[in-house]
Order: sequence, then structure tokens, then C-alpha cells
Amino acid sequence: MTDAVRAEWSKLRTLASTGWLLVGTVILTVGISVAVAAAVHVTSGSGQDPTKLSLTGIYLGQTVVAVLAVLAISEEYGTGMIRATLCAMPRRLVLLVAKATNVAGLAFVAGLVAVAGCLLAGRLMLPTDGLNPDHGYALVSIGHGPTLRAAIGSVVYLVLIALLSLGVATAMRDTAVSIGVVLGLLYLPSILAQAVTDPLRRHLQQIAPMTAGLAIQATTNLRSLPISPWAGIGVLAAWAMASLLVGGLLLRLRDA
Amino acid sequence: MTAASAPPRLTHGRRRESFNPVLRAEWIKFRTVRGWVIGLIVAAVLCVTFTFLTANGTHEGSCTGPSPSQTTCQAGHPFVPTGPDGEAVADSYYFVDQPLTGNGTITAQVTSLTGVTSTQPVNVAPSLADTHPGLATWAKAGILLTPSTKQGSAYAAVMATGSHGVRWQYDYTHDSAGLPGSTSVASPRWLRLTRTGHTLSGYDSTDGTSWTAIGTTHLTELPSTVAVGLFVTSPVSFQGSNGSATRATATFDQVSIRGAGASKAWHGLSIGTDPQDFYPTLGSGSYHRSGGAFVVSGSGDIAPGVGEGLLGADTAGSTLLLGLIVGLIVMIVVATMFITTEYRRGLIRTTFAATPNRRRVLAAKAIVIGAVAFVTAALSAAVAVPLGEHKLNANGNYVFPVSTFTELRIIAGSAALVAVTAIAVLALGTIMRKSAGAVTGGIVIFVLPYIIGSAISGSAEQWLLRLTPAAGFAVLGVLPRSPQVSYPYTLGNGYYPLGPWAGLAVLCVYAALALGVAAFLMRRRDA
Repeated sequence: MTDAVRAEWSKLRTLASTGWLLVGTVILTVGISVAVAAAVHVTSGSGQDPTKLSLTGIYLGQTVVAVLAVLAISEEYGTGMIRATLCAMPRRLVLLVAKATNVAGLAFVAGLVAVAGCLLAGRLMLPTDGLNPDHGYALVSIGHGPTLRAAIGSVVYLVLIALLSLGVATAMRDTAVSIGVVLGLLYLPSILAQAVTDPLRRHLQQIAPMTAGLAIQATTNLRSLPISPWAGIGVLAAWAMASLLVGGLLLRLRDA
Repeated sequence: MTAASAPPRLTHGRRRESFNPVLRAEWIKFRTVRGWVIGLIVAAVLCVTFTFLTANGTHEGSCTGPSPSQTTCQAGHPFVPTGPDGEAVADSYYFVDQPLTGNGTITAQVTSLTGVTSTQPVNVAPSLADTHPGLATWAKAGILLTPSTKQGSAYAAVMATGSHGVRWQYDYTHDSAGLPGSTSVASPRWLRLTRTGHTLSGYDSTDGTSWTAIGTTHLTELPSTVAVGLFVTSPVSFQGSNGSATRATATFDQVSIRGAGASKAWHGLSIGTDPQDFYPTLGSGSYHRSGGAFVVSGSGDIAPGVGEGLLGADTAGSTLLLGLIVGLIVMIVVATMFITTEYRRGLIRTTFAATPNRRRVLAAKAIVIGAVAFVTAALSAAVAVPLGEHKLNANGNYVFPVSTFTELRIIAGSAALVAVTAIAVLALGTIMRKSAGAVTGGIVIFVLPYIIGSAISGSAEQWLLRLTPAAGFAVLGVLPRSPQVSYPYTLGNGYYPLGPWAGLAVLCVYAALALGVAAFLMRRRDA
């Protein structure tokens, strides 16, 4: 098992694209958060969630994490490398677990740096927009329990998105199709939810991977959330597990 | 001369080759890859399915009650009147009228116009007890002539307004301005409306002696006996996105009516203020005589019907939206693969060997993917739009009435949106050469701005839908804007900041830009 993880690590590490995608994740996530923090203006006294605003970048940064995870397996099918890999490591589920471990680890590191950057940007920039103690908003601080939960949760969210994407790509095999499916799965339910009326809307927000998973970022007004923060992460984890399970099953059953 | 005996010139190698074989080659490439054809079918099926799901999940009911916690709800939508041209209109007001046969003139002096605004939002039944002073900018008080007091019937009216001066309006959509300024005891407004055959004219004056014509119209099918009289109405006033019902009170002095059938017997009537009427009103209006003057109160509006917020309207475009986006994502994947697969497999070198002019290859690919995307999207929309409308009606929703031409425009516009996006993504694939980057870029650039735009509000939303490729989604917009209605024309209420073709033009600029860069790079780089 360790050998498998190390082999996969060597493969990922020596690809130029891996480094760029990790840097891209951090830059895109922090960049969007900085842009949002710069654009926001508070006029009324309540209703804003400084922590959630600071972490807006995850909304876009997750696409890069998804691409990284998809490429980890789909490119092997694209180039035919998968046959060499399976020749060296005939136990296919071990291979998938090794890939998942590596992808999750990279997503974790990128997520940690990105989330730290986002919170720092929120801490430094939001007070000048009116989100300061004068208007009844506390400074963004990980000493604050819900903010710490939102920060840890956002990193976990990115890790789970990576696992979900890896599972989809293992099942789909093709880069373009996998990315289309993953991004569709993430972004479409939020528009569907806007189009339909309650209670269908609420159910949709409870079971969709992104809307459920991102509930972890809320620190105020928790009662109005469609799903409680950790339950939302649980839903996303179920999606990730299901996709890995289907991917693993297909990997076992099909010829490469 | 000697031309007849000159030997024929050899032209081989110089003649411009025909473009058709290149186009044909690309079409055969597309047609014979099973995955791509399946992709088109999947796009079409998903588009229709998601449109159906959206329409199926939309149920409308009306809720009434004293407070949000004590409401009773029932299915079905409130009554929305239809104007003379088949458009949705608001037609709620208080009318003090009498019949007039043949030609006639009615004159009145408006000496005051004041109003109150409900402190409750429109979704709570307003009560006259919870108000604060405040006159709506489009509160209207004046003289109105109509063949029938049925809602949605033709009319012409001259009126004083809250802050738009004196206006001449007829048949809901037509409007022209008279004297500016507000109405008060210190500066009263004289209004006059005349009927001569089928011609109706409006006049205003500051002193009742020198009159200025504001507007005139010919109402065809005007019967000989019509209703004329004094009307007052006051529309929902918006603070941000929250609307509140309002009520206006006007004093009319020196009211005179000249004409064959004038009886001087006035009677008051409130129109369109029943609970089943869609327009939110503050009370149903009333009038009383005070000396020689009439004091009339009314609430409502006589204007085009606007906005999902007030009408609760779904449109042919709004149900198609989700299906269109799903289909678009599938099409982005197919369009990307149409070029990146050639780079991945090395087929691009064979393609360039067969057609050394690389711009022709790009042009042929763009035409093929554009045409395929257009036809697929047009067929899907042509099925999805009527299906969605049928389901909405079956669920008791109010569907905003649109002409067949508008419906065809939505279908053709959506098809154009998908086709132009497919061409732009093909260019993106040519630039990136890798499917991962091109698919992600395609979805992030062409789909995400709309999703983000619909989730936020304010000026950021407006700019996102003007400047990014999301502007193209304006092809789905059908609700009319009206300068006569003060309303938040935002995406949340169903309004796109750009018109349908202007929005599509913005998308085309992005596609042209991408194609230009792709053509340049394709020539400069080795394959």
C-alpha cells in the first residue's frame, strides 16, 4: 500500500501541471475573496456574515481542485499510461485508494493555504468596508469557534470535492466529460433550486453537494440554513464516497 | 487578333481550392464519432427534462391573512387583466363617472393630490391603519374616458401625477407629458378631455382659460355612449426591492361636463380592487362631495403589468433557463473535444497535411460545431418551451402572455446562444489544446457568471450581466420595461439589463475575440 501511494506520489509530483494547478487553486481562491472583500459595502447594520464573505473564493477555487483530481486519473486513460500502471499494480482498488490519498493530501495542503489567505484578507480588508465592531461585526478570527469550524470545514470541503471528482473521473475516464459532469453536479442544483418553489427547493439544497457542503461556511443566522453545517459536510462526504465506490467498482469490472 | 490561337494557360497549383471538401471532412469527422453524437442527444434530452422539472416544481398559490404566521393559502393565481393588444396590464383605480353619449367635453381643476404609503410589504394584506404619509411618484388623478369599466378595456386619460407632472395616457402603454411640477392648492392644474367622434384629446392649463393640447388619439370601435369621469389611483411604491401599497387622495374643483347625454348624476365605482385581483391596493377607494368639489381616494395602477415580483409570473424564458444551461454544459464538453481530441491523438497533423491553410480548418470546424449546436438547441427549445408552458398552466401558475413571434425569438435566441458559445469554446480548445483547461475555462467563462449573477444583487449583478458572456442569456428575457412604472427592474424580478440581441452581441464579441486568438495561435504554433 505504501509503495502504491509512493508510486502515485512520484507521478503526481513530477507533473508540471500539478504544481501549477495547486498554485492556481490558492491564487484563484484568495483572489476572488479579495475581490469580494474589496467590492462589498455595508450600509445596513446586520445580515452579513464576515467569515462567509471571506471564504467566497472557495466557490471558484473548487473548480481547480476538481480539475486536478480529474486529471490524476483521466490523463492516464488519455495517454494509455493506465495500462502500464495496472501492469505494475494489478490490485485496482489499491491503486484507486493510493490516488485518492495523494489527491486528498494535495487538496488539503492547497486548501489550508487558500483558506488561511482568505481569512487574512477578510481580517484586513472587511473592517474598512463597514464590517467592523462599530457596526456590530466582530473581526474575522479563528479564535472564534464558528469561524474556526468554517475554516476547517472549508479545507475538508475541498478535500471532499477532490475525492468526488476522482470518483467521477474513474467512472467516466475522459477528461472533458468528467469535468463537465463534476462542474454540472456542483453548480446546476443551485440554479434548479432558484427555479422551483419550497419545499422542493429546500430538499434540493439539502442534498446537492455544493449547497449542502458550503453550509459549513456560515457563522451567523444558522437557523435559516437549509442544512446544519456538519450535516452538510456529511452529505458531501456521502457524495464523495458514493462516487469513489462507483468509480472503484467500474475500475474493477472494466478492461482498461 | 491572335487570342484565338494562343495556347491555353496551365493553371494547376494556383487555382483557389474549394472550401467545401474541408467543410465536408469536418462534418464527417463529427458525425462518425459516436460519443459526440450521443452527447448531442444527451444535451437535448437533458434540456427538455430539466425544463419540465422546473415547470413541474413551480406551484403558485395565493396567501392571505393578517400576519405571516396566520396566513391561509390556496392554489391558483390571481386575476391579471389583458389589455387591448393582448398584453398583461394593471387596471385598478377608483372612478367617479357618468355616461356620455356622442361628443362632449369634461373639465376639472385638481387642487390637491396627497398620499399615504402602507408600512407593510405587499405580501401582507395592507391596512389603512398602518400607513405613513407619502405620495407615490406615479400616483394619478384626473379625467378618464373608457367604453367600458371592465378591467383591461381601452381608455384615454389626462391626469396630474405625484412627481411626473401632467400626463396624457391611453391604452396602458402610450404616454406623453404636459405641464411639469406637482399639484397643490397654490399651483392647481386644470385638466380637460374632449371627445369628437373617435378622436379624444387632452388639454392642460394653469388658469382654466388658456389651454395647451398634450395629446390626441383615435380609439377605433368607440361606442356612442362611453363612461367619463374622475379617477384616482396610486401604485405600489418600491424602496429597494420591497414594495408597499399606496393610496392617493385628490380634490377636484370646478368639475363641468358638456355634451348631449350629460346627466350630472355621478356614481362611484372601485375597479380591480377585489381580493382576486393581482394588483396590491391599499383599500378599495371612495369619494365624497365637499361643497362643489369632489374628494376622491384610490389605489392601484393603470399601466403595463410588469415584474415577476408583482405578477408572480413565470415566462416561457424562465422555465427554459435551467434546461438551457444544462444543455450548454454538455455542448461545451462536445465542442471542446471536437478540437482537443485531434491534438491528443495527433490527428491534427494529418488534418493540416490535407488542408495546409489552417484558418480554413478552424473555419470549417466552427461552422460544423456552430450548425450542429444551433440545430440541437433549436429542436430542444422548440419542444421544451411549449411543454414547460403547458405544465406551468396545469399547475395553476400565471404565465406571462407573449406573442408567437416572441416565443420564436426565445427559441432562435437560445439556439444562437448555444451555437455562439460552442464556437467560442472550440476556439478556447484550439488555444489551450488540452480538454481539461478548455472545458473548465468554457464553463467558468460562459456559464458561471450567470450563476453568480443570479445569486447576488445590486450593481455587481447588473455589470456581470452586461459585460461578461452571461449577457447572452438576455435572449430569454420577455418581460417589458415601462417608463410609466417605477419598479426595480432586476434579474430577480425577471429583467435582464440588456435587450435580447444586444446581450447576444456581447457574447458574439467574446466568441470573435477567442476565434481571432485561436486563428493567430494555430498559424504561429507547430501542431
